[in-house]
Amino acid sequence: MSTVTWITARGLFGRRRFLLLLPLPLVLLGLAVLCRSLGVDPREWGPPVLVGLGLAVVLPVVALIIGTGVLGAEIDDGTVVHILTKPLPRWQIVLPKLAVAAGVTAVTVAVPLYVAGVLASSVRLGLALAAAAALGALAYSAFFLALSLVTRRPVLLGLVYVLIWEGLLGNFVSGTKVLSIQQYVIALADRIAPTGLLEASVSVSVASVMTALVSVGFTVLAIDRLRSFSVAGETS
Amino acid sequence: MSTLSLTGVSRWYGNVVAVNDISMALGPGVTGLLGPNGAGKTTLLHMMAGFLAPSRGTVTLDDEPTWRNPDVYRRLGLVSEREAVQGFLTAYEFVLASAKLHRLPDPAAAARRAIDLVELESAQDRRIGTYSKGMRQRARVAAALVHEPQVLLLDEPFNGMDPRQRLHMMQLLHTLGDAGRTILFSSHILEEVEQVSGTVQVMVAGRLAASGDFRTIRRLMTNRPHVFAVRSTDDRALAVALIAEASVSGVELEPTGLTVRAGDYGAFTRALPRIALSKGIRVRQLVPSDESLESVFSYLVEA
Repeated sequence: MSTVTWITARGLFGRRRFLLLLPLPLVLLGLAVLCRSLGVDPREWGPPVLVGLGLAVVLPVVALIIGTGVLGAEIDDGTVVHILTKPLPRWQIVLPKLAVAAGVTAVTVAVPLYVAGVLASSVRLGLALAAAAALGALAYSAFFLALSLVTRRPVLLGLVYVLIWEGLLGNFVSGTKVLSIQQYVIALADRIAPTGLLEASVSVSVASVMTALVSVGFTVLAIDRLRSFSVAGETS
Repeated sequence: MSTLSLTGVSRWYGNVVAVNDISMALGPGVTGLLGPNGAGKTTLLHMMAGFLAPSRGTVTLDDEPTWRNPDVYRRLGLVSEREAVQGFLTAYEFVLASAKLHRLPDPAAAARRAIDLVELESAQDRRIGTYSKGMRQRARVAAALVHEPQVLLLDEPFNGMDPRQRLHMMQLLHTLGDAGRTILFSSHILEEVEQVSGTVQVMVAGRLAASGDFRTIRRLMTNRPHVFAVRSTDDRALAVALIAEASVSGVELEPTGLTVRAGDYGAFTRALPRIALSKGIRVRQLVPSDESLESVFSYLVEA
């Protein structure tokens, strides 16, 4: 494990903020178990719980908390200077941090989604949701990590993206769905395990290409922004 | 031996000029960067350390630019002003992480050596969060020194330290400077830099106002007239005794107390308690009345 990975992981799990991650996956899990044990028809609770809660809220919000935290928290409290005053090419800082963010997000979200998928339909759906969520975690993490280098308010802007762009505009303006990571995740999950529960609105090819583009593009952006990272002087 | 060179460096934010056309070359030894708050010291240090692009001019370390060039950190260390330390780490872990990030061949030995240098061995296994300010500062210096850089930049390293810690830090900087390293520290408190024996660069309002041997500038500083407000149990008797002192150039008797003008800061402050004691006068108040940094620095600039 590289030192950057180690510091990032310790910084992430050492902060209280980390506890914020637990309730959302637990709610998802709890709702799925509850619906199943009450014998509700999966076609009724599947879409709202799996998509409405799992893919539209739990995945992006968990990714937001972690993705803006791995580097953003260090920028906020100034400890990032310790890592930056090292003769490391900047990609060696961004990639480990991205790996931690995407990995922790994937595990946190994929496990409850897998269980909920199994309860709703089949092991196959569970695996499909978990795999697609892991890919989504990578794309979201790259996006939010880059966001924490581009703006001083990454959490706010990230929330605006998740709630307004993906959540609200996606319902009214169908064109925005082409630029929505949530839709890519749904399309990918539906492709791996076709059920009636997921409703894809972008094609699988668009989804895979865009997921790759978002992940790579924002990572490159983050590396470049970190290269020109400026510490604000006392006068600004 | 490394040289940090600044050529015509300016930095502005919008239409506020923080640093205005500064050129200097820093060689081995200890250099103090002095100036009042807001003079642009931190901005200048950040440009030296590659954390800010100069709006104009160049900052180079041995002819390589420091901006967008992480390789300079092999030869450069920075202790920033913000007291940012991962408080959940112990000093040893913190310095060791630094050594590993530098890819040093033997990080554990390097970390122990750096902790030794700042004399933090006894506390190295405690979490940094439990440290005093001076200890935290030393832990940060150890982390910045772990790769034995040729150039070490420190932003306000004495801030919040007590006189003993300050003396200790100053000795450390001198040891490093004498070993041929280039050490630059900034400070806005003149009294903090009393023990420096190197050169100083004085910044006022973004410009380089004075630079040169510390002793010359120190003499200018100590020889300027100082004004004190003194109140005692018997102002008139004290005034009579004070005017006989060589260091006192004038005394005014006012209803609220004495206004004393002294030519020599140190001599006067040493003489006052001696006089008061021998005359049986109790001094109730002694306030230097024009010690604002701006007045001191503007005096320096005029001289």
